[in-house]
Amino acid sequence: MMRRHALGLLLAASALTAAAPAAFAAETAETVKVGLVLPMSGPFSQYGRQMENGIRLFLQEHGDSVAGKKIELVVKDDGGIAPDRARRAVQDLIVREKADVLVGFAFTASAMASAPLAKGAERAMIVTNASSSGITSASPYMLRVGQTLPQITEPAGRYAAEQGYKSIYTLVADVTAGHDAEAAFKRGLTAGGGEVAGSLRVPAQNPDFAPFIQRIKDARPDAVFVWLPPGEATINFIKEFNQRGLAAEGIAMLGTGDLTDELTIEATGDAGLGVVTTGHYSMAHASPENEAFVKAYLAAYPKDKWPNFLAVSAYDGMAALYLGLEKTGGDASGPALAAALAGASWESPRGPLLIDAETRDVVQTIYVRKVETLDGRLSNVEFHEFPESRDSAVH
Amino acid sequence: MTSVIGVLFDGLAYGSLLFLVAVGLSITMGLMNFINLAHGAFAMIGGYFSVWLTQKTGLPFLATLPFAFFGAGLAGLAAERLLFQRLYKASHLDQVLFTVGFVFSSIAAAHYFFGAGQQFVSTPGFLQGQLRVAGVDLGKYRLFLIAVVILLTIALHLMFAKTRFGAQVRASVDNQDAAAGLGVNVGLVFSLCFALGSGLAGLGGALGVEVLGLDPTFPLKYMVYFLLVVVVGGAGSLRGPLIAALILGVFDVAGKYFIPQAGAFIIYVLMIALLLAFPSGLGGRRA
Repeated sequence: MMRRHALGLLLAASALTAAAPAAFAAETAETVKVGLVLPMSGPFSQYGRQMENGIRLFLQEHGDSVAGKKIELVVKDDGGIAPDRARRAVQDLIVREKADVLVGFAFTASAMASAPLAKGAERAMIVTNASSSGITSASPYMLRVGQTLPQITEPAGRYAAEQGYKSIYTLVADVTAGHDAEAAFKRGLTAGGGEVAGSLRVPAQNPDFAPFIQRIKDARPDAVFVWLPPGEATINFIKEFNQRGLAAEGIAMLGTGDLTDELTIEATGDAGLGVVTTGHYSMAHASPENEAFVKAYLAAYPKDKWPNFLAVSAYDGMAALYLGLEKTGGDASGPALAAALAGASWESPRGPLLIDAETRDVVQTIYVRKVETLDGRLSNVEFHEFPESRDSAVH
Repeated sequence: MTSVIGVLFDGLAYGSLLFLVAVGLSITMGLMNFINLAHGAFAMIGGYFSVWLTQKTGLPFLATLPFAFFGAGLAGLAAERLLFQRLYKASHLDQVLFTVGFVFSSIAAAHYFFGAGQQFVSTPGFLQGQLRVAGVDLGKYRLFLIAVVILLTIALHLMFAKTRFGAQVRASVDNQDAAAGLGVNVGLVFSLCFALGSGLAGLGGALGVEVLGLDPTFPLKYMVYFLLVVVVGGAGSLRGPLIAALILGVFDVAGKYFIPQAGAFIIYVLMIALLLAFPSGLGGRRA
């Protein structure tokens, strides 16, 4: 509903500017330059594609002008997890390209390396994916519309507690994100009265999960919570888990959306069926907004299947920018946009979205989903939700 | 006790996989004394060949394995004739730089044709799940990998020890000039050797898709593992890398199972220890 309301405002605003006297013509011709910092090459180029597609889709649907300003995009490639390159890209965007706003940032390292520059130049930074806790405190002009890892993980712990599992194992990649996920899951679980029976930390780069999975099988827990970097690790883990018959022995697999991402789940074959994960976006989310989003995405980018959380968060990044510019009447400066967007909320394809007024961090519904076959492909079907979830690692 | 047997089995299976992806490197690097870091690129070519065939023609996975072998072998032959043979006399550093460059080019090419996503194959139903033998669950695909390694080792051993081509290879490796003087076409022998090594890489890559996954960064991601097996095993033999792969596989799996905290680390400690004890590898031909 907020979205429709926002669109109404947008129409009214453009009607007003059209009727404005000629003296303001120069003003209306002004552009807002949006610098996109995305991983367009390297191992994470698929992420960059998803994000750029989401951004361009928003422009395609909502036009390239808002509050009398024309939106102009400049894409810079940060090559993946490379903070130095992200920083250089941001410097280039601010100094040479004279970008007014920065959008994107797939990884925490990129966002954190860029924050001091954006802060000094008073540019708004709309972070659409970087997921570590509390990064918005690095600059007063930084907003996050994606997700935080603890935000999507803690509900998995709460869900596990609700299920009354007696013994639960955790298995996470031995990297910072894995440790964060382990801590968040335990927080959710203990808040619900549950307890972790054992924890395994495994190498992030691990060609064979057999020994770890065998260990869990021999320990016979009721459930195992898994966080691994999306890609071959998650695919191999799910396959090996199935090969060793853990599900058949009644051991449930829980995880975050990373485990069953739209881009990788199909590679697990039927082994992925029944995996329960918590996440903020599923392509199968049942809402008219999402149905329209998925349809438009697939029509515009039939080769980049399928839209996942990256595409929708980038789409929301532009929604936030448009909403902010409407509120400020076209003022794209960092302080103005940050003030306008603090506390703002709208309806995203993923569901209701709110920017916390204090932390400028994202607040959203986290869904519990189960992998089922839908329209002939494996999908994350939502069946339970935790509304207004926040990152409790900061709050 | 059953857990020990289970771990041993998983370790042997993992070792078999390591051997499959690395044995081709033992031939190109060991026999030909050519520092071939591009080995993973040919493994990747085999993997993509297999994936592409199953997706485009609907061929079952097992039927694509010969194509993966010959596809990667032909690619290796072409690359050797056009590029690599020019560097046989070059310094090792030049060879390293050139083959690393080749790896990056192959990553970009794979990215261009197949995208950055993970590829997958569907293994036939009879290779999925586990088989219960005397109270121990044995993965069927793992049994299959072990069987492939046994057959491959026998076939390669017979080829090098019993055939005319094998004798020519051994002669060319031991003394190029003398072999050429006796009428052996050394250039052709090396080309075929390189093609064979690349073909084996392709076969290993295709068999590995199910376990290791496949994306454009494959050649870099698993380079350490190929090198580990060949360096510890001693380049230029079959026996050395086979023993090395099995030892590394068993210790890696046992370490991860019994002391998971140190799991990732054990394989490297073992490498250091084995290299200190056997500086030229477990079965190295060259000192």
